Amino acid sequence: MSGLSVLIPVAIGLGLIALVTFLWTLRSGQYDDLEGASQRILDEDADRPAFDAHQGKARR
Amino acid sequence: MTCCVPTAETVELSQQGGIETDDEALLTLSRKLGDGTRQLEFAVPDAHCASCIRSIETGLDALPQVKSARVNLSKRRVRVVFDPELGPPKALSPTIRASGYHTYVLDPSVDEDGDPGLRELVKALAVAGFAAGNIMLFSVSIWSGANDATRDLFHWISAIIALPAIAYAGRPFFRSAWRAVRVGKTNMDVPISIGVILATALSLYETLRSGEHAYFDASATLLFFLLAGRCLDHLMRERARSAITNLARIAPRGATRVREDGRREYLALMEIEPGMVLELRAGDRVPVDSAVLSEGASFDTSIVNGESMPRAIGTGDEVMAGANNLGGLVQIVARKRSEDSLLARMVALMEAAEGAKTRRRRIADRAAAVYAPIVHTIAIVTFLGWGLLTGDWHNALLNAVAVLIITCPCALALAVPIVHVVAAGKLFEGGVLMKDGAALERAAEADSVAFDKTGTLTVGQPRLVSQQVENEAAGQAAALLAAASTHPLSQALARTLFRGDATATQVAEKPGQGVEGMIEGRVWRLGSRSWCGLGEGEADATSVWLSRDGFAMGSFRFEDEVRPDARDAVRQLVDLNLPVRLLSGDAPLPVATVAASVGIPDARSRLMPEDKVAEVERGRTMMVGDGINDAPALRAAFVSMAPSTAADIGRSAADFVFTGGALSAVPLVIGTARRAATIVNQNLVLAIGYNAIAVPLAVSGQVTPLIAAIAMSSSSLIVVLNALRLRLGRSSWPTRTQNLKEAHA
Repeated sequence: MSGLSVLIPVAIGLGLIALVTFLWTLRSGQYDDLEGASQRILDEDADRPAFDAHQGKARR
Repeated sequence: MTCCVPTAETVELSQQGGIETDDEALLTLSRKLGDGTRQLEFAVPDAHCASCIRSIETGLDALPQVKSARVNLSKRRVRVVFDPELGPPKALSPTIRASGYHTYVLDPSVDEDGDPGLRELVKALAVAGFAAGNIMLFSVSIWSGANDATRDLFHWISAIIALPAIAYAGRPFFRSAWRAVRVGKTNMDVPISIGVILATALSLYETLRSGEHAYFDASATLLFFLLAGRCLDHLMRERARSAITNLARIAPRGATRVREDGRREYLALMEIEPGMVLELRAGDRVPVDSAVLSEGASFDTSIVNGESMPRAIGTGDEVMAGANNLGGLVQIVARKRSEDSLLARMVALMEAAEGAKTRRRRIADRAAAVYAPIVHTIAIVTFLGWGLLTGDWHNALLNAVAVLIITCPCALALAVPIVHVVAAGKLFEGGVLMKDGAALERAAEADSVAFDKTGTLTVGQPRLVSQQVENEAAGQAAALLAAASTHPLSQALARTLFRGDATATQVAEKPGQGVEGMIEGRVWRLGSRSWCGLGEGEADATSVWLSRDGFAMGSFRFEDEVRPDARDAVRQLVDLNLPVRLLSGDAPLPVATVAASVGIPDARSRLMPEDKVAEVERGRTMMVGDGINDAPALRAAFVSMAPSTAADIGRSAADFVFTGGALSAVPLVIGTARRAATIVNQNLVLAIGYNAIAVPLAVSGQVTPLIAAIAMSSSSLIVVLNALRLRLGRSSWPTRTQNLKEAHA
């Protein structure tokens, strides 16, 4: 039983972290352009993340 | 489409005017961001790779007024944030075109930030997935032998996870079920909601009294599967919707008014009153029904009434809203208000055309209407039967809930959308956009096909069919002059003959008459018979004459070009047992010519929009059309398709929109729809077969949570796998690349 009292919180905690992370990625628009993300990786210079797009003039 | 190189077509487009070059109109379209900057969205339908993104973004970033430019490759759009203080917005679209891409501005009111329903569903899916995974962790422990205190502990933890998760993730179903029940109807969500809520409530009760079985895992897994199906359905519609929005060039929302004192002002469509004098540039559409003031104007009315050839319209003659100005600057005087104009009349006709499609209910709803009462009766009978026979009402309730869980139409709710999603993906590859799954069900049941002529069976552009010229040099002279003109006949001529090994000077165009220019010291004229000084002949909009110093040098005849694969498409449709008709608003002769060349025996000409509606309302007709005059028929027809070049109103009325200009899309849609219908039926049979096995088990009280979990997952998997079969098999349909090639050939 003592093992369970550690493992259960750990298991649920990990699940919760994954859930919160997913909701965060969803909110920050990381799924808005899946096709673009897969292409941008081929472009050496364009390494800014999608959700920074509106924060001023892009660097080149 | 050539990748990343400006095509001839792009250059051609970049010369056109339109809303993109109008600062005032662009500013009204843009969205204010608060800090003085504004945001506009442009469609870039051809962007498709990393270097496309790069060239568009770097091109825009180089402009001083651009704060940021970001391409969304999934939506084929670029979002530009700019500061109007630092430069005009009209520089934006020429910059994108200079990078080599078609572009036009999007109306932000049409399309905000996507589908809010989809976001809610994805969040609910995430929560349900989290809950299902973690509860399953404890359920597996229980099934593998955890008992007594441990089992109770696990049940309690499951309950703590499940209750909030189900309350959150189940909302889409509960809401929809409540809406249906309140008005005394039933839909698929009613049995889902009842099953999930009862299973959860019973499990909670069992947990409280340290019972052996709890169904928390079943409730959470059920919701997860159902939400997955529903998300896919929304994703499919979202993709089609954004692709269709990208096609929508913004119609004129106003026009330039010439005041009596000569000043010009831009008026919104609603502010235009009869009697106002308006000015149209080349390429502008007529905003309201008007009379022409200028001499020698010519208009392309193909989208209004299906007439294939440009029409010269004299002073005082009427021109309908939606006609396209082909000449230079033209002044017109408004005759009607916007709400009385042709376009508005078509909208009224469309509203009147109720159409067969609204009377028809979707397969899933029809299945639910039969399914739900049967399931609920079985559950009640189980409850009463066990209770009355054994006197153990607690056990009776357990068994009745097991019946509800087992019959919860998971497979059924997944069986239909998943097939539609797969079919939509397959059609998308073939260049066809499907608006929703119901259209696919109807396409499978269509029993005849009706085509419009101009712009649908034909390209809607004239093609040179015969020429008589004195010598080779005369042909080249004609091509040279034609290249300088924007008239569609000239452009067709230049496309066919132009070689570019001579030059013309002093080229001047007289709208509605022709072009004049000096070549090697002589005056050449290309245009109407009278313009070339060849005397008055029969007014003929399909011929162009050529003269040198007033002497006839040749003539050219044009016809609207039939789409290259029209004949094949018609034959394939006949092979599919679908009679084909041709419904056109054009004159009998061109209609008969086209009908003969594509092999349609049943052709009608000079049809008014009302006549077309009456024609398509017979039986279950699939209407394929593009013009403003087709819009009511597209709405009234059982199922409808429009090419992506169609008028906005026609495209929004149609169920399917095909890109790439190939009519093979029509048999592709019918074929895919029929295959999809077969697979949907198979899936329904599978789902019912699963119930036929599982329900007796549940009624007899043999279903434990473990059996329920296995049965549900396996039945869902089977229907998903069966749906994926649609992707396999026949790969002989043309792909999108082939379509594009044909369209460019």
